[in-house]
Amino acid sequence: MKSANVRTHRQQGSQKVAPAPLGEQLPPVAPSTASTRRGRGNAPQRLETAQSLARKQREISVSEFFLKNRHLLGFDNPQKALLTAVKEAVDNSLDACEQAGILPDLRIEIEQLSEERFRIAVEDNGPGIVRHQIPKVFGKLLYGSKFHTLLQQRGQQGIGISAAGMYGQLTTGKPVVITSRTGPTREAHHFRIAIDTTRNKPKILEDSTIAWNKPHGTRVELELEGVYRKGARSVDQYVAQTAIANPHARIVYRSPRGEEIVYERATDQLPPRPLEIRPHPYGVELGALIEMLRRSSSRTLKAALQSDFSRVSPRVAAEICARAEVDPDRSPARLTPQEVERLFHAIPQVKIMAPPTNCLSPIGEEQILAGLQHVGAAFYTAVTRPPAVYRGNPFQIEAGIAYGGDLPVDGLVELMRFANRVPLLYQQSACAIFKAVMSVDWRNYGLSQAKGALPSGPCVIFVHMASAWVPFTSESKEAIASYPEILKEIRLALQECGRRLGAHIRRGRRLAEERKRRSYIEQYLPIIGESLQSILGLSDRQRQQTVTTLQTILERSRKR
Amino acid sequence: MKKKTTRKKSVARRNGRNGIDRLTIEKIKEAAAGIHQSILQGRKPGMKFPVRALSNVHYSPSKGFFELGRRKKERTLTVTTIKTFAQTLKLMELSKELVETDDFATKRDAYYQSKNWGEARFDEQSESDAVMDDIEALFSLYGISREQLRFYPEEHGGAVAGELIVIDRDPETGERIEIDCTRFGTGSYSIPHSVEHLEFKTKAKFVLAIETGGMYQRLQNQKFWKKANCILVEMGGVPTRATRRFVRRLSEAARIPVYAFVDCDPYGISNIYRTLKVGSGNAAHINKFFCVPHARFLGVTPQDIIDYDLPTHPLKEVDIKRAKDALKNDPFFQQHREWVRALKQLLKMGVRAEQQALAKWGLNYVIEEYLPAKLKNPKKFLP
Repeated sequence: MKSANVRTHRQQGSQKVAPAPLGEQLPPVAPSTASTRRGRGNAPQRLETAQSLARKQREISVSEFFLKNRHLLGFDNPQKALLTAVKEAVDNSLDACEQAGILPDLRIEIEQLSEERFRIAVEDNGPGIVRHQIPKVFGKLLYGSKFHTLLQQRGQQGIGISAAGMYGQLTTGKPVVITSRTGPTREAHHFRIAIDTTRNKPKILEDSTIAWNKPHGTRVELELEGVYRKGARSVDQYVAQTAIANPHARIVYRSPRGEEIVYERATDQLPPRPLEIRPHPYGVELGALIEMLRRSSSRTLKAALQSDFSRVSPRVAAEICARAEVDPDRSPARLTPQEVERLFHAIPQVKIMAPPTNCLSPIGEEQILAGLQHVGAAFYTAVTRPPAVYRGNPFQIEAGIAYGGDLPVDGLVELMRFANRVPLLYQQSACAIFKAVMSVDWRNYGLSQAKGALPSGPCVIFVHMASAWVPFTSESKEAIASYPEILKEIRLALQECGRRLGAHIRRGRRLAEERKRRSYIEQYLPIIGESLQSILGLSDRQRQQTVTTLQTILERSRKR
Repeated sequence: MKKKTTRKKSVARRNGRNGIDRLTIEKIKEAAAGIHQSILQGRKPGMKFPVRALSNVHYSPSKGFFELGRRKKERTLTVTTIKTFAQTLKLMELSKELVETDDFATKRDAYYQSKNWGEARFDEQSESDAVMDDIEALFSLYGISREQLRFYPEEHGGAVAGELIVIDRDPETGERIEIDCTRFGTGSYSIPHSVEHLEFKTKAKFVLAIETGGMYQRLQNQKFWKKANCILVEMGGVPTRATRRFVRRLSEAARIPVYAFVDCDPYGISNIYRTLKVGSGNAAHINKFFCVPHARFLGVTPQDIIDYDLPTHPLKEVDIKRAKDALKNDPFFQQHREWVRALKQLLKMGVRAEQQALAKWGLNYVIEEYLPAKLKNPKKFLP
């Protein structure tokens, strides 16, 4: 068991960084846990063991890695597994539609086959997938278009949908069924694909063409074991929040209970296409730096720095090389690891312009307001902050608040967290968004808040982080890591929303108070009149005069 | 309606009790007229009530009871106070009506009456009680008690037996009735809710106020009142307003002393006896009517436990707390060295004894030995 763990750790590292036997050359890159375990486990014959392990590494498939580490990908319990599978398919569909400039039209179906078995189907009107790619996209882990680009989109590693398929296959033995069509003149391809888990390769069980009424799009169906629950962290909640963060999408959702909910498009405007950017030197990790230089097509180091990174001018490149004491004219691929490490440590000492922020595609204040309409509140506000940077990665924070209306008066506010338009439902308390919400004193804005708790009231708080690289705390992408820059931006956005909310609540209270006062006066004045009349034996005219005068006195004092 | 009122009014007048009633109505009218005047002058009307908080209560050694200080709170008529203001006026109106028709209302009655007041109705009796307490405090300044405002307490008074003739009137006809308290056989005369109109004829030498029903029953059945020429009053725990007022009025009218005979424990001493004698801090505004400042403590004293070798029980936690609290915070006990000594003695002994513990020496020992011995020397009674 122990050696298996070691292998998987190493596997993960090499997948992310480089297939080369990096570990042997550069011990600092290897995860420290792996190296200490290795040291402890096989102390007497350390060298041989490390090398033999390195050989074995290539034989182990990612699929097997998944089997042993499925919790990392969000399949750790049946309830979560159902959610994750839906989420991965929906993420892919939305990404594909947006990249093709199509307004997404999604259909999500969940059918309960037995107590713990479900069939899910997600259908989109996206560009479709060309025939020969279909098996790889759905039957091979870590295959996709996303990992190698720094681009703001939902998926990042290309692990999600095939992992969902693998989980389904693992729990039910059923293959993934895919139907895809790339255009009205093309045929619709129908696949049934199983995954060869030892070789990380798709096994095609069926490859045919069928008649399909959609001009283009993709439909993914898979069976899996899961548990369906309503309420917090349910698929229902995920779909509802997805509709809020993607007001340009129309989503039809058929729940396991058979109800069909339609989230109509709240806007016909597609979000602007995010631009792909080169990494900024401040954000690059040592392993990535080694890999980038090794693969660079530039012939000199200074050229590689300038062309492969953003915001590196000739002057900046020269300064980095000088500080690292590396010849700028050397070939980048031939640098020794020690030289690369020196470069790595030199980078933070050089002042480099912040990265460009045009790579970001925020939802936008208007669109957030449109999306929040789904919750049925009485007051809405939204703030999109200007872009900011953490560790060389540009990001942008947006916040929104919906208050009053049909929202439940009792209990805590509902916090909706999003990263690149994807709802985050798990690990709330580990998330930077939650921490930022807790750090704001909401009593200033008219909400009540117990110590150490979320504020309470008929209120939804919406926070979105857009970034080409969202720093999640784990592979399953459930919580955003708490970088100070991120916390600060979230706080500022929340405070701005809070101020507007506070103004609204105070205005409402003033009006209510005014109404109450008025009705108070109207209710009790006649009674005072009657009492005085009865005690003092006043005439009706005298009583009327007294009441009128008293009313004038009270009105006057009220205005003051 | 009007006609009926005039008839009842004449009844009241016939009874010759219109002096105090006239004052009550006059003061109610005065308060209302003040409000009316303010309004006509374009000012916000207000009413001044004595502050009833404990911080405004102090013990007056010369008068011998707790009384309200001079602090007052003004309730100005504003938007926020308009409801309470209307309710106060309505209650005063009700009081005036009750006096005029020679009727009364209990606190609960008044609460239900308010259900006719539309929006000014009370939702809970606690609300009407609070407003009533304010009015009571306001009128206590003019020497008018709540009973004179015709708001009667729910609980009735204790039992009375002995050498006393109570002069009451027939509630219907107003006819004068003489009630001889020696002629109840094994039963007793029961003190009514309001005792303001009662008159007394007696040749008794003192009033004996008894804590427990059991002891009262024994003294009554053995006609102790005849032997000792006295009046027996059963308090039944902490005496009710009516009992306290009855004892007060009786002792003042007949100019006879009042002796308290209660259990020897902190509850009997600091709750029952002290409330009878000086009133309570919570109701300081009414103490001047309801206390019996010249009452004295016959027994059972801590010293009696030793002298009569009485069977005892250990003091409970609450007893100890109560006694210590009396020594530390209660100006009445602090005022009297005898009491400080007695309470300290009790705490040191760590025991308590009930009145009925005297039965150890025989059921009628209390009548044949204890009380006669005690009564020989009233000067030794605790203050």
